[in-house]
Amino acid sequence: MTDAIAEQSADGGEPTRRDFLYVATGAFAAVGGAFAVWPLIAQMNPDASTRALASIEIDVGNVAVGQGVTVMWRGKPVFVRRRTTAEIEDARAVSLAELPDPLARNANLAADTDAEDVNRAASANEEWLVLVGVCTHLGCVPLSNQGDFGGWFCPCHGSHYDIAGRIRRGPAPENLPVPPLEFVSDTRIRIG
Amino acid sequence: MAHESTYQPSNGFARWMDARLPIMRLAHDSVVDFPTPKNLNYWYTFGGILTFCLAVQIITGVILAMHYVANVDLAFASVEKIMRDVNYGWLLRYVHANGASMFFLAVYLHIFRGLYYGSYKAPREVLWILGVVIYLLMMATAFLGYLLPWGQMSLWGANVITSLFGAIPLIGEALQTWIVGGFAIDNATLNRFYSLHYLFPFMIAGVVLLHIWALHVPGNNNPTGVEVQDKQDTVPFHPYYTMKDAFALTVFAILFAYFVFFDPNVLGHAVNYVEANPLVTPEHIVPEWYLLPFYAILRAITFDIGPISAKLGGVIAMFGSIAILFFLPWLDTSKVKSARYRPLYKQFFWIFVVVCLILGWLGAQPAEGGYVVAAQILTAYYFAHFLIILPVLGLVETPSAVPVSISDAVLSGAPAADAGPASGAGAPAGATAAPDRNA
Repeated sequence: MTDAIAEQSADGGEPTRRDFLYVATGAFAAVGGAFAVWPLIAQMNPDASTRALASIEIDVGNVAVGQGVTVMWRGKPVFVRRRTTAEIEDARAVSLAELPDPLARNANLAADTDAEDVNRAASANEEWLVLVGVCTHLGCVPLSNQGDFGGWFCPCHGSHYDIAGRIRRGPAPENLPVPPLEFVSDTRIRIG
Repeated sequence: MAHESTYQPSNGFARWMDARLPIMRLAHDSVVDFPTPKNLNYWYTFGGILTFCLAVQIITGVILAMHYVANVDLAFASVEKIMRDVNYGWLLRYVHANGASMFFLAVYLHIFRGLYYGSYKAPREVLWILGVVIYLLMMATAFLGYLLPWGQMSLWGANVITSLFGAIPLIGEALQTWIVGGFAIDNATLNRFYSLHYLFPFMIAGVVLLHIWALHVPGNNNPTGVEVQDKQDTVPFHPYYTMKDAFALTVFAILFAYFVFFDPNVLGHAVNYVEANPLVTPEHIVPEWYLLPFYAILRAITFDIGPISAKLGGVIAMFGSIAILFFLPWLDTSKVKSARYRPLYKQFFWIFVVVCLILGWLGAQPAEGGYVVAAQILTAYYFAHFLIILPVLGLVETPSAVPVSISDAVLSGAPAADAGPASGAGAPAGATAAPDRNA
């Protein structure tokens, strides 16, 4: 029975039928196990109803010049501000060197775009400003029409944002982000 | 049986752990090296299958609990949200619902295996009793869980069963109000049923551990009913029964998958897709199929017995039909364990199986006319089987010749009494004949 003994050797000699069966079974079990486990993990990802709210349309026809509204998008507040000409002038006048964060943080533009006001505004005439209203420091909701720079003020740790939503003073590291957006008509904006 | 541990830690870390918490030794002694009778047939694979079912129900249940809302206004909608919106929610829900049916299918095959081979007899009485406890907990868990989708059958089925408690003399009404948490089944009931439905499976898991411990003291019974006498009668649990169990589990999983993927609602009731309405009763109120025999027994008692009302009589009969199982080890007086060698008992066993199946069918019929009479006769027979037939049979039956030992039975070719892998003397040539390195 020397053939049988040589066949049994795990490391010398030809792979046996038994080896093949072990490897094949193991492979099937691993693949089958992965297929079985995947739904248990995937179910915790956002479900269809949450994904449906990933994109919303808002009507801004009632927002007068100088006014703002706050809407909810993906569970967070979004500031929609219709700026006056004076406010737009002020925002344009700020030089990049003064800004703690010189990047636009605009999801509709390239990541390295600078924070000039035209890159922060939602529309070509820079009248509309749409920002995610979550302080980039630790996540509080800043208060509008407050702070030393004519924009927003976060009361939690004292971050000041200007009328283009850019951080000017305080612990927040980044400008308020501009979400993906599109004007589907003159008075309707799709966010997300 | 309690055997000498042969576990050898294979490295330094293993030796270190073994001296502090010998869990690897316990695992090795329980599922690797455990000497198991070498003649176990596929009826013995359902214990492993049941453990799988419990794990599946717990895993899918915990995940469903991430999405389900236990509030009367939101429960039904939350289940539909699971079915439609949650990623793979439809799969998780159908696995959990059909998993319950598969769990009970396996437990019934497991129980009837025990009844046939006398696995409840000395010294395995406590093992059997723990099994009945597990069965009771399973029925409670299933009942609690069925309320959660808050469909018409959920509400009205729960209504019927909770109202049974009202039949208990003196404390009945207070007890029913206490269970329900109000004047009728409402939010209070739904919330507490949800909590308990989450709890009970972990209690089942605990009793399962005791059940396996109680098994490992005397060791497994086997189809001959003759106890293991020496090492020759056994093989190590791994690889023989790990592989046999894995194969059986695969076949079971194919059946499970058929229901989940091709006919996920056939075992349920269409009316449970209608949201619960306390003002409208469905035409037929029936529990899930696995509780039907007991439902038939409950409804069979239509007459008062002295001071005991028909309703209370039905309750007593129903709980009695389960309680009687606790006493089985002492009701069956036969010294011979396995039905293989008990020609009379074998026939009564199969009659009992048919009686249970018909009682199940009757549970789904309207409770009127001939169906009630049939249920009454079969309920009487059910109790007679345990209280009259079993005790008498042990005394009057002449068993056929019981084998001297397991090895003897296997080597001489098991009788064709039940399908067993009877190998003749001498192992066949070929790859499978390679001597077991671990023997």
